[in-house]
Amino acid sequence: MAALVGAYQEIFSYPFMVNAFRAGTVVAVVAGAIGWFVVLRRQSFTSHALAVVGFPGAAGAALLGISTAAGYFGFCIAAALVIAVVPRAAGASRGEESAVTGTVQAFALASGFLFSSLYRGFLSGISALLFGSFVGITGAQVTALLVVGAATLAVLAAIGRPLLFASLDPEVAAARTVPVRALSVVFLLLLGAAVAEAAQITGALLIFALLVAPPATAQLLTVRPGLGLLLSVTIAVAVTWAGLAFAYYVPYPTGFFITTLAFAAYVAARISHAVGERRAFAGGTV
Amino acid sequence: MLWSGVDLALRPGQFLAVLGPNGVGKTTLLNVILGLLPASGGTVRVLGKPPGVENHRVGYLPQRRSFDPSVRIRGIDLVRLGLDGDRWGVPLPGARFFSAAARRREAHVRDVIDLVGASEYADHPVGRISGGEQQRLLIAQALVRDPAVLLLDEPLEGLDLSSQASVTALLDRVCRERDIGVLMVTHDINPLLPHVDTVAYVAEGRIAAGTPAEIVTSETLSRLYGTRVDVLRADDGRLAVIGQQVNCGPGQECH
Repeated sequence: MAALVGAYQEIFSYPFMVNAFRAGTVVAVVAGAIGWFVVLRRQSFTSHALAVVGFPGAAGAALLGISTAAGYFGFCIAAALVIAVVPRAAGASRGEESAVTGTVQAFALASGFLFSSLYRGFLSGISALLFGSFVGITGAQVTALLVVGAATLAVLAAIGRPLLFASLDPEVAAARTVPVRALSVVFLLLLGAAVAEAAQITGALLIFALLVAPPATAQLLTVRPGLGLLLSVTIAVAVTWAGLAFAYYVPYPTGFFITTLAFAAYVAARISHAVGERRAFAGGTV
Repeated sequence: MLWSGVDLALRPGQFLAVLGPNGVGKTTLLNVILGLLPASGGTVRVLGKPPGVENHRVGYLPQRRSFDPSVRIRGIDLVRLGLDGDRWGVPLPGARFFSAAARRREAHVRDVIDLVGASEYADHPVGRISGGEQQRLLIAQALVRDPAVLLLDEPLEGLDLSSQASVTALLDRVCRERDIGVLMVTHDINPLLPHVDTVAYVAEGRIAAGTPAEIVTSETLSRLYGTRVDVLRADDGRLAVIGQQVNCGPGQECH
């Protein structure tokens, strides 16, 4: 324990690491909370699509000399708006929708790759955008993450209960005059913001590490909504802190550590869930 | 235009079944009553107001929703959402420790779950309980606001025969004890015959409404459907409807 405290004391003596932990904590809290609804609403692939669209946004922003954060936020939220509005307006079928998503993702990845190649500033630029990075996070970036994160969580808290109702039981919610359609649009915008935040720590391709793995783990461990949200946020923050510490001492990418830890937590929860089910079945209580 | 010349009324404590083959517009009727769709003609009054205005006093059970095993939410959470799911914000954690209103709401949710006989599995994940058990919890969800009117869309579909009988008996009991007007849309009359006061048969734009004794006869149903329909009376007085093509008994597909 003392060694662990000592390790974190050493890490926190570097301002860039302090910023990394601040940014990571904000991002993990937002991703853990929004992600709980993502898993419940089965929108994992929507969030992945948003992150992939964010990649050319960030690469393009770097090329133009503005902050990559602005690129992520702009592109992710714009993409969320497009997803919210377009498919239903066009009356597309589900299969058509996934074909559209696939085509757009391929184009987004290719554009991002082009922008990164044109921008020769950092050799590691492209892998940082795709797989995450924690060096060079400025105080201003942390503030931006905090402001957007707080706004996202405030809106989520305001719509939380009707959103849960509309996610589980849209027909009855609609009959009770819950604005189901408007809520799904608002949630997509929140998701866009959360994805843009998470992508800045885990990279565009590894956002599931914070947005899906912790809430999926939490939902295996508990069926209570409040406790599930709390667990999801706790797991996301824990894997982020541990991942950043590992990345400080071991010269492997931070995205790898965060993802691996989140994966390990999920596998452990899965196994304990399966064991619990078997025991309950043998005991005749299910 | 699906139907015309239809005049139906539902009183408190009355159990009304609307019957007819699939595609005849029974679900549309419920959507009109809920104010989700406009009526193309005529007048609809729900609890003395235009449709949609008094929806907080209308319990609604849509056509069979089932929750697959991966849905990780308890039955009691679904019932509670029926009570306060349309309120903005999030419930305060631990509200029951300092708020009497929160304790009252909690007790009310438990009471309704007791009423439908679902207490045993209300705390299990809803995806892991049987279809009949899910349906009882969903009925509790529809009842939790003490509605004056209960609308049910094919509540017996996909249930086995014993669940059909017990769910129907539950609805009958709730209807009488709480003086709720129950309107059930279905395509199979047989499980309902011992319980309903009024049946309204719809077929090909025509409708016949009255007590089961008046309507559930070979002549009326055969005339309505334009094909031969037999009504059999068992030794103990129970009726069973057997039709050709248009009607259906238990276990038969209805078209």
